[in-house]
Amino acid sequence: MNSLRRIFAILQKEIRQLSRDRLTFGMIIGIPMIQIALFGFAINTDVRHLRAAVADESNTELSRTLAADAQATQVVDIVAHVRTAIELEGLLRDGDIDVGLYIPPDYPRRLQQHERSAAQLLVDGSDPIILGAARQLANLTQHYDSEPSQPLRAALFEIRNHYNPERRSAVNVVPALMGVILTMTMVLFTAVAIVRERERGNLELLINTPVKTVELMLGKIVPYIFIGLLQVTLIILLGMLLFRVPVAGALSNVYLGSLALIAANLSLGLLISTLAQSQFQAMQMTFFFFLPSILLSGFMFPFAGMPKAAQYIAEVLPLTHFVRIIRGVMLRGADLVHMLPDLGALLIFTAITLTLAVLRFHKRLD
Amino acid sequence: MSTDIAIRTHNLTRRFGNLVAVDRVNLTVPRAYIYGFLGPNGSGKSTTIRMLCGLLKPSDGEAEVLGLNIPREAEALKRKIGYMTQRFSLYEDLSVGENLEFIAKVYSLARTQRHQRIAQQLELFDLKDRRQQRAGTLSGGQKQRLALAAATLHQPELLFLDEPTSAVDPQSRRDFWEFLFQLANHGTTILVSTHYMDEAERCHALAILDRGSIVADGTPKTLEANINAHVIEIEPADLSVVREILMRVPHVLSVTQLGVRLRILVDRAVDDPAGFIKDELRDSQPDAEVTLARASLEDVFVAATQLRSRERAA
Repeated sequence: MNSLRRIFAILQKEIRQLSRDRLTFGMIIGIPMIQIALFGFAINTDVRHLRAAVADESNTELSRTLAADAQATQVVDIVAHVRTAIELEGLLRDGDIDVGLYIPPDYPRRLQQHERSAAQLLVDGSDPIILGAARQLANLTQHYDSEPSQPLRAALFEIRNHYNPERRSAVNVVPALMGVILTMTMVLFTAVAIVRERERGNLELLINTPVKTVELMLGKIVPYIFIGLLQVTLIILLGMLLFRVPVAGALSNVYLGSLALIAANLSLGLLISTLAQSQFQAMQMTFFFFLPSILLSGFMFPFAGMPKAAQYIAEVLPLTHFVRIIRGVMLRGADLVHMLPDLGALLIFTAITLTLAVLRFHKRLD
Repeated sequence: MSTDIAIRTHNLTRRFGNLVAVDRVNLTVPRAYIYGFLGPNGSGKSTTIRMLCGLLKPSDGEAEVLGLNIPREAEALKRKIGYMTQRFSLYEDLSVGENLEFIAKVYSLARTQRHQRIAQQLELFDLKDRRQQRAGTLSGGQKQRLALAAATLHQPELLFLDEPTSAVDPQSRRDFWEFLFQLANHGTTILVSTHYMDEAERCHALAILDRGSIVADGTPKTLEANINAHVIEIEPADLSVVREILMRVPHVLSVTQLGVRLRILVDRAVDDPAGFIKDELRDSQPDAEVTLARASLEDVFVAATQLRSRERAA
């Protein structure tokens, strides 16, 4: 009873302080909004509207059709017409265009000779994503007005796009972004909350009172659980309103999965707080953990494409498991029951870090 | 253990690596005493206090505080003691009232008792008008009073104060000590560390610490009476020359300038200290007036620490 009262006293104090700390409060709301806007709008791996120029030395009906077809794909926007290949290279070098389409004077004749390519695509390959997009253009085939319904060659594979038929990046990004935001804010807030008490000398007073280690930690953590859930709600709402991100699975599963990640991150924050001497160190350690989380978790790059070593590291990071859970639940409508290994991994991570934190905190009194 | 002793330690020692921060300290503090720890920074005052609270484990020796074995029974002790840290350690972003409320809850005071005690403390420490004010915006003296109000909110039997007045003005210091005497009159034992001589003089008893050891202890009166040095004052024409000469004389422990006079501590082993000093100055200042003076607590402090460092050097 007294123990509960003490936990509640710390909790109440924490919420009071939080409501007065405008910067932190701003971060709780601001970080999700800014990140959603950044990743949802700006970061778009579905490349379209590359700037292109055409040097059509053939200037025939056929060559004009090719240029028009290229434009019709929406991958490129033809912004300039030039006369020679050299001018094209100049534009590319100056960064005025990303792609140059060169059609030689003997284009109609080359079309008949299958061993030679008929036209050339000049690409600024410094960005691999642009290069990849341009490669799609290379698959373009010449079609003739005389036989509009009969393509020359049938495509080898028919591509069917599941779960994101419109190929919008936001649908893939937003659920995982929830994990990124929780990782960043939850770890940082708890780590800083305790280190700040030590820096300001509050801790020396607190450990001289009847408050026990576990009570102190619980009182500090509980407010942040609610803040985490608040952020989850905010992100889901923004995702639905701005990007029409679907929630295919049960909402309760989304929150349960998020709770598991919040718990993992809060206990990591506690562990960091027992290691860091200052708020600045706590911040450094948080980012030391945050960076691999962002890069390796499958949020930025597809998990399967990473080297084996990176995959092993990624398996240790809570965000990796959360990204799998949340994409499964929100996009594919999977049930949490089918994601038990990932859920279990989060719980094991929480148990280990929390145990270490309590053990280390006890030592620090001495 | 008799109940009129609040603190008793036997050879209490704390080492940090190779450094011996507290070296075989033996203390006996009677109940309802204001007991002082006088010593320079790094003399082991804070470390001793932290060990007595149970915050640090002693490397060696034993301590019994309020009849409890420390550090074994430190948790039980925490309800009975109050602790005021060197720095202001309440929450600056909470108001005066909120800080006291938090401390009251942490000590599990019942609701009615909590309201009553907070009202009493605000009244006693003259903070009633400041109840809504954030602690961070209080003046040094007000912060001091708030810290003491918080440390005594749960009516501890024993109060530890670690250099409580190092950041406040003289008037606030005087007021602060009035509060301490009130508490002691009501039976609270107070252990206070300081480096101010005037504060040390106000204690019922004190221990002088130097590099982790107690070099002298007792009441201020007995300490002054039992000083192991003679105190001499002279008023020479050329202060710096005389000072220079006397510093090199073997039995002179220290030479301190006080305005136009010099205060000299001479080893107790010297039989006629006034004559001894006169002899030393016969060539340079034959007409300087040499008088014997009463020892102050500062003299006791200087003599004790000087003798010890000479013994070390020898």
